[in-house]
Amino acid sequence: MSHFDLAILVIDENAVRAAIIEDGLREAGHVHVTVVHTVNGIARVIEATRPDVIIIDIENPNRDMMEHLFQLTRSVSRPIAMFVDRSDSASIEAAVEAGVSAYTVDGLKKERVKPILDMAVIRFNAFSRLQRELADAKSALEDRKVIERAKGILMKLRNLNEEEAYALMRQTAMNEKKKMAEIAQSVVTAAGLLM
Amino acid sequence: MSTIDHSDIAAPAVTSGPEQTHLRAGFIPLVDAAVLIAAAELGFAAREGLTLDLVRDVSWANIRDRLAFRQFDVAHMLSPMPIAAMLELGSNPSPTIAPFALGRGGNAITLSVRLFEAMQALTGLADDASALDCAKALSRVIAARERDGERPLTLGMTYPYSSHNYELRYWLAAGGIDPDRGVRLQVVPPPMTSDALSAGAIDGFCVGAPWNMIASEKGVGRIVATKHDIWASSPEKVLGMRPDWADRNRDSVLRLIRVLDLAARWCDDPANRGALADILAQAAYVGAPAEIIRHVLAGQFALDAKGNRRAVPNYFVFHGAEANCPSRAQALWVYSQMVRWGQVDYSSEAAAMAASAFRSDLYAAALGLSERPREEAVADPFIDGRSFDPADLEAYVQSFGAPNQGATA
Repeated sequence: MSHFDLAILVIDENAVRAAIIEDGLREAGHVHVTVVHTVNGIARVIEATRPDVIIIDIENPNRDMMEHLFQLTRSVSRPIAMFVDRSDSASIEAAVEAGVSAYTVDGLKKERVKPILDMAVIRFNAFSRLQRELADAKSALEDRKVIERAKGILMKLRNLNEEEAYALMRQTAMNEKKKMAEIAQSVVTAAGLLM
Repeated sequence: MSTIDHSDIAAPAVTSGPEQTHLRAGFIPLVDAAVLIAAAELGFAAREGLTLDLVRDVSWANIRDRLAFRQFDVAHMLSPMPIAAMLELGSNPSPTIAPFALGRGGNAITLSVRLFEAMQALTGLADDASALDCAKALSRVIAARERDGERPLTLGMTYPYSSHNYELRYWLAAGGIDPDRGVRLQVVPPPMTSDALSAGAIDGFCVGAPWNMIASEKGVGRIVATKHDIWASSPEKVLGMRPDWADRNRDSVLRLIRVLDLAARWCDDPANRGALADILAQAAYVGAPAEIIRHVLAGQFALDAKGNRRAVPNYFVFHGAEANCPSRAQALWVYSQMVRWGQVDYSSEAAAMAASAFRSDLYAAALGLSERPREEAVADPFIDGRSFDPADLEAYVQSFGAPNQGATA
């Protein structure tokens, strides 16, 4: 039995990230992948899917509920334990840093689980990168908007052309060791107070 | 993580070689993290040459794992967590010790207003009924519901190895309710308790402050018992750390205990409670209204939204009454409850392991106490009239009868 036969359950309230992980697992050849976005009714999902590996977002406060559930189910049928290979601290750190926590059926060989966890870590990181890029793009757009507004104000008040207004702000930003968007914001704020 | 040579700092170094003085501390946004937060926020840590970086987290499982995986050096923990870790219980046990208790109090049991009204209707329970009478009334409601074929009640708590789990169970059992058969216990993250109660997903819960008060102020919950009613001496949160880390950084551990001692004294002073409430109210810490936190700290309880109030003296004790000493007796009591509810079997070896989690020796060494603090400080009565003598642990455990088999939560 290869590790592709393992049943994997992904619990993630973030539907986009869950989809990214699911895609990754399927591309890698895993066929038994179940994704849920809520821990409501998770006991029934675990009964039905009998997962060998559970991957759950570390920021999910319901991890404590899972801990309780594992205690209850242990006495019924499924011994589940945290995947811990204490000798491999780098991979543990990578998982925690990425925000992945995982549980596996007790006794499962770590060679079978590691590729799955590695995949989850890579995909979690990819998702964080996407989010960061999106946030950066948003803030760049905001910066551009405020710079445009400040430029307009300077052109009007100081009788400058567009190039001169831009150069003035850039020079001021350099002199004050600030970002151009900060200078632009001050211009907009000041204009709001004075006009 | 930076280490600095602190040879120029006043207190004598106990070990040679540079120790870690920049400490990462995990915490959960609860009022009982106050001592840790005050230590970092008010400059107590700096006085001993330590830097405390507080990192807010969302679950006890994360706190446990991040401590085990060395992402945290120390952490705000439920007092049963180091004991469970030493007994290798739970899904990722890793040796953990607690040389300092962060105080007592703060927990309470809240039932939905609907359920409380059903208890009053059935039993004539008074508005100011005692915690024990409330448990007995709940027992009668549960019996009536069983007769009528209604669904079992669901009660929330925070973690399988939590004071809340053991306190809720103790209270239920004192009222004649079997916590594993009479009700369903479920873990609910504390910030979600009031919403879960108003949505009817749970019928009650036992969690720490300020969540009981928030549910009662919103008019969805009725506080029926406080930790104080169940057993005033019961330990609440502790400061947990890895024993190997504590050995390598013994001097820093002793400094940290002194820092926390100062912070705990500050938190306990009634004159500072207003300032403490303002600090805790910040979004980076507890993130709840300062007004509610002020009431919580003062033990001024709004029992419900109808204006029934109750004052609980010493509801929060951060320092007095040896609240900071993690005593062997407390560890053994927690262990007795783990045995009682079938989480672990009784053996004298296991009892010794459980007791080894609470390190009053480090506490005493840090504060220059000539001898270990009093170990048998368990004079406070229990809600059911029992008393606990740690010297006769086996008899105490047996007095509860056989553990509930197969019910390990």
